[in-house]
Amino acid sequence: MKYIDEFRDGRTARVIAAAIAREADPARRYHIMEFCGGHTHAISRYGIGELLPPNIRLIHGPGCPVCVLPIGRVDSALELALERGAIVATYGDCLRVPATGGLSLLKAKARGADVRMVYSAADVIRLAQEQPGREVVFFAIGFETTTPPTALAIRQAEQLGLANFSVFCNHVLTPSAIANILESPEVRELGTVPLDAFIGPAHVSTVIGSRPYEHFAEEYGKPVVIAGFEPLDVMQSILMLVRQLNEGRAEVENEFARAVTREGNLKAQALVADVFELRKAFEWRGLGVLPYSALRIKAEYAAFDAERRFGLAYRSVPDHKACQCGAILRGLKRPQDCKVFGTVCTPENPLGSCMVSSEGACAAHYTYGRYKDAAVPTP
Amino acid sequence: MNDPRLPPEPPRRPKRDYVRPLDLKSGRIDMTHGSGGRAMAQLVDELFLPAFDNPWLAQGNDQAAFEAPPELAAGGRLVMATDAHVVSPLFFPGGDIGCLAVHGTVNDVAMAGARPLHLAASFILEEGLALADLARIVESMARAAREAGVAIVTGDTKVVERGKGDGCFITTTGVGVVPAGVRIAGDRARPGDAVLVSGTLGDHGVAIMAERESLGFATSIVSDTAALHGLVAAMVAAVPDIHVLRDPTRGGVATTLNEIARQSRVGMLLDETTLPVREEVAAACEFLGLDPLYVANEGKLVCICAPEHADALLAVMRAHPLGTQAARIGSVHADDHHFVQMSTAFGGRRIVDWLTGEQLPRIC
Repeated sequence: MKYIDEFRDGRTARVIAAAIAREADPARRYHIMEFCGGHTHAISRYGIGELLPPNIRLIHGPGCPVCVLPIGRVDSALELALERGAIVATYGDCLRVPATGGLSLLKAKARGADVRMVYSAADVIRLAQEQPGREVVFFAIGFETTTPPTALAIRQAEQLGLANFSVFCNHVLTPSAIANILESPEVRELGTVPLDAFIGPAHVSTVIGSRPYEHFAEEYGKPVVIAGFEPLDVMQSILMLVRQLNEGRAEVENEFARAVTREGNLKAQALVADVFELRKAFEWRGLGVLPYSALRIKAEYAAFDAERRFGLAYRSVPDHKACQCGAILRGLKRPQDCKVFGTVCTPENPLGSCMVSSEGACAAHYTYGRYKDAAVPTP
Repeated sequence: MNDPRLPPEPPRRPKRDYVRPLDLKSGRIDMTHGSGGRAMAQLVDELFLPAFDNPWLAQGNDQAAFEAPPELAAGGRLVMATDAHVVSPLFFPGGDIGCLAVHGTVNDVAMAGARPLHLAASFILEEGLALADLARIVESMARAAREAGVAIVTGDTKVVERGKGDGCFITTTGVGVVPAGVRIAGDRARPGDAVLVSGTLGDHGVAIMAERESLGFATSIVSDTAALHGLVAAMVAAVPDIHVLRDPTRGGVATTLNEIARQSRVGMLLDETTLPVREEVAAACEFLGLDPLYVANEGKLVCICAPEHADALLAVMRAHPLGTQAARIGSVHADDHHFVQMSTAFGGRRIVDWLTGEQLPRIC
């Protein structure tokens, strides 16, 4: 595939790997967090960890939208589908997120709930038009990348006068999550969780631009390199971060310049600002309640807000006691450090949300990397 | 009582039964077509019998009786396989549920190294299915069976109420015979063996998905659905001691290799650079977020053999029209965890795990 294979070329990878090995100072360790699930997936799928010297550790961050969705929000979606008779439409990954009592939207579907998998918010508009007699709710999740399409769907529904369409909004914000990790006591107290630098999100940054990360570089002295989701992008960004750390710099650099500008997509930002406003607080799975970290639908569009329309009351539900998703999302633990990883908790029967999406740290390690734990002889 | 004064009435001949022919243009399946009455008999007589056209079916019995194949006397074994087909949509680029139902079971029988002999077919039809569609499906099935040299010798038809089926489900069962001395099975992969595939991966699944999602750029992709027993016969003739054959349908090559690794209690290592994948399929997978290793095939096989036989088998496969793109994709090794691993084209290594959940529902 032209314009894709070029970013997956093994020979170039080896050249960059050699440069990283040459430039990384053997006397120090490098702790680099890739915030985004897209990077986590690429790192596992292409085996990037194996191409790095042992003193560079990649820490998988909380940028997987399914992984940070708290149980209470999934419970609300289940309530809509099972008790309120609504058609609940959502992205494929959401269907398997475990909620209270081991239930998920997929299991609710087997019990008679009308749950539909969609590829885009536009599909839900079409569904609502086809089912005029039914309430159709879009269970919307995701970071800044999926927010503009949701905003567009709400505006379209208003123009079309669609009375049976609403959105259960769970859109969250990347900079708030990064700030929370940097503010957490474990990171602040030096030495507990060393975190030296960030690989910045690819698709999210096409929308919000590179400017929001400047705060992290300036305020916390952590270098950020925004990188694309192809494996060579990730390799190149690691090299750039190693150079910044070696030189004592803390800047925002843009490896993904083919798609990301400093200002981002202003049109998309305006669309989001028209439809959404900040929530005072929102619970993140694993990170807890974070102030101003999510969006809700503005009062002007209240008719399309499923929370208002169905009077949904939020109830926080704690994670399973053995589940370490919280510590893993903060970079405190690795998936293989969790007692239930690969035993009780597997992609078939996920206990925690990090095991659900292929972008989740646990699922990615289970699916692509667990042979390393088993110390299988290399054939 | 007859009046003696009137001439006697000519003897009455019974009227010939008149049945209005099936309306194959605009008729639809209704509940009577499954009730066991005349409507059902008519459907069988006018549609299934002439299409499948063979002496066993023509006898009209509830079963077919046939002679034992000569291989049995020489120490061969009978094999039997069954496969339910529920694909949506019923018609897709490169095929339809009818030919798929024949190929699926013929291939399952053939993967034992067997010569397929006969098929049984069982239809679950949904009330409201257009007879024109059913006729298309049955004709496609008949053509596929004819081309494969296999007769559909017995069958059954049931009708379910509207909303309780999806147009048409077809279950086929096949019997075949394996010549003496051939023992191909999923537990025979040995460390050192070579892993071969007969051609490009993921064509069927992507063709179905492209049809469902109306992917404009993927219109050139057609399903690879095909009967593989001819290819298998050529391979067995060249190398009777093939260890494992399996058709990587649902879950794709990744799932098939994991099944074999578990059955044979071995590990495998694939080389990503050797995987044959069509450019359009790779592009569609990229777009849809799929991995071609997990996408279904309906006309491909995975072969595991001793390393010294690999080149001979590849040559035979590439000389056959259904194996021109055959490739050696990896090797078997000892591994207590039975992991299937892959050296990535990027230079790293990763697990190729069992499929979790489903990549694409209802594809075969």
